[in-house]
Amino acid sequence: MYEKIWEAHLVRPSQGDTAILYVDRHLVHEVTSPQAFAALRETGRSVAHPEKAFATMDHNVSTRTKDWSLVEKTSRVQMETLQKNCKQFGIKLYDFADAHQGIVHAIGPEMGITQPGMTIVCGDSHTSTHGAFGALAFGIGTSEVEHVLATQTLQQDKARTMLIRIDGTLKPGVTSKDIILAIIGKIGTAGATGYVIEYAGSAIRKLSMEGRMTICNMSIEAGGRAGMIAPDETTFEYLQGREYAPKDELWDKALAYWKTLPSDPGSRFDTVVELDASTLKPQVTWGTSPGQVVSVEDKVPDPESFTNPVDRTAARHALQYMDLKPGTPMAGIKVNKIFLGSCTNARIEDLRDAARIVKGKKVHKDVQAIVVPASEGVRRQAEKEGLDKIFKDAGFEWRFAGCSMCLGMNDDQLKPGERCASSSNRNFEGRQGPGGRTHLMSPIMVVAAAIEGKITDARKYL
Amino acid sequence: MQAFIRHTGIAAPLDRVNVDTDAIVPKQFLRKIERSGFGKHLFHEWRYLDYEGTRENPDFVLNKPAYRKATVLLARDNFGCGSSREHAPWALADYGFRVIIAPTFADIFYNNCVKNGILLVALKSDEVESLFRQVIQKPGEQVSADLEKQTVTDPAGKQYHFEINPFARTCLLKGLDHIGWTQQFADKIRDFEQKLKQEKPWLT
Repeated sequence: MYEKIWEAHLVRPSQGDTAILYVDRHLVHEVTSPQAFAALRETGRSVAHPEKAFATMDHNVSTRTKDWSLVEKTSRVQMETLQKNCKQFGIKLYDFADAHQGIVHAIGPEMGITQPGMTIVCGDSHTSTHGAFGALAFGIGTSEVEHVLATQTLQQDKARTMLIRIDGTLKPGVTSKDIILAIIGKIGTAGATGYVIEYAGSAIRKLSMEGRMTICNMSIEAGGRAGMIAPDETTFEYLQGREYAPKDELWDKALAYWKTLPSDPGSRFDTVVELDASTLKPQVTWGTSPGQVVSVEDKVPDPESFTNPVDRTAARHALQYMDLKPGTPMAGIKVNKIFLGSCTNARIEDLRDAARIVKGKKVHKDVQAIVVPASEGVRRQAEKEGLDKIFKDAGFEWRFAGCSMCLGMNDDQLKPGERCASSSNRNFEGRQGPGGRTHLMSPIMVVAAAIEGKITDARKYL
Repeated sequence: MQAFIRHTGIAAPLDRVNVDTDAIVPKQFLRKIERSGFGKHLFHEWRYLDYEGTRENPDFVLNKPAYRKATVLLARDNFGCGSSREHAPWALADYGFRVIIAPTFADIFYNNCVKNGILLVALKSDEVESLFRQVIQKPGEQVSADLEKQTVTDPAGKQYHFEINPFARTCLLKGLDHIGWTQQFADKIRDFEQKLKQEKPWLT
């Protein structure tokens, strides 16, 4: 599938230098774009195809207010800069107060901007999310953002291909988040560096689009340039009728093309990894890298048990930062912050699954818990279904959409020493706030931790 | 873009794997709309004891007198992983780093460095280990990198050959304007777009 999409977008093959690849859709946000627009102005270049770019504000927006006058000053400068740039260059912007605002990787699929067979880029590493539709989607730096704006193309070298086949049936309470955390634990945070991953197998086929997006989203956490899943009826059903999805004859034409995208039987991959979904248990990270992960039934590992000296040192650093002792059972580790949010796990299905567990229960008295829907669209849908009420009644704060405490660029941050059960994607040192400690897990594990004030096996609440 | 041909400088050992771009430059400094001035925020959480960055952490490698003026960074596996923020290479370049040597680098970070005139050298693990040993034993020693010859020279004078993507090499040697390079093929892009309109009209 990667090869098919690559070939279909090749403007110029490499002649000992680099290939030029056409970009179908370019997603833009406030943090990684201002310098690119400024450089275009300095060099007198224009935007080649403003109609192929879509912008929103997500990284540093407040999730507490939609009032511009209350936005923190430096964030506001960045947000206003994006407004100005989009206006000058004619790019569609879903800004702070827009009904469709949200995390860029949530609104792309939601609005039907993301489609199979496309090349999609964005100045954000979690662009790999869109691969769930059978698109080739990856994150780029600001210089590349400028390059795409100016030429609608990218200089690219072909990646190697990795097939990750996940067969078997997930046990109740085990989710797509647990699949991807287990994969990263297995192949390592650099296990897929230089590769584009294709996820396949019966367990993947059974997942909803939301579940598939969670898996593709964290491909970058395994080092992969992109992660993709072949489109099927689940994909087409999700897309049909969405605002930017093709309509009428164009839909038929597109659909016929999309059906040609899946890898042909017997396709060769440079590397193949296999995983049995039926043996998986809920996963929780113990360290400061997503690969430092065990099941909720396990204990914090002993750094001395790692044979590789580099891993041993990393584990020692991580346990020191996380203030954990080897041998401590994961279930029972106390947490005082709860973050249900991010482009990994704050779509409607995540909120539904979490709300089912929360219903009729209370957030533990020592815990502050926030729910940040991935988009305003998700927020509205959740409110229509009454999920907001379930969360609020339990003591969760119900917020507006944004990246929020996944990276703590706004005012949602951990304080030094605080420990968070988080549905996000990175447990790096200081990621959610300087000195903050993050345990990554699935949405249902996050809310179970909220109820008990400690990491716990969510399966008991099913 | 600043060209890179060769460079000799003090090498600092950053003995950690999986150094992510959040660690290279944390989120609170990403609100700027300029490319400049990120050097003072480089490795902020390790380099300073306080959030404001007024008190240096004396234990952090770049705060040790012998390494303060380092322009070559020795690192471990998967350096630059995580977020795609180009602020990370901006901070490294602004601080003064011209060369980073590690066994492996993250993908997006690698591309971002090439765009900013920073040479990333991937050497074998045992070679990186040997460099670490030398600059830890004798702090302040210099390491050289020559992109034309594709060699690194350690303080003892031993040379190591490295491989590099030929296009990245050309870009760095010439300080190439990437957009200008692609724009030579403007006619090919136009042809592609014509074909796209006909074959996949839903994409245009």
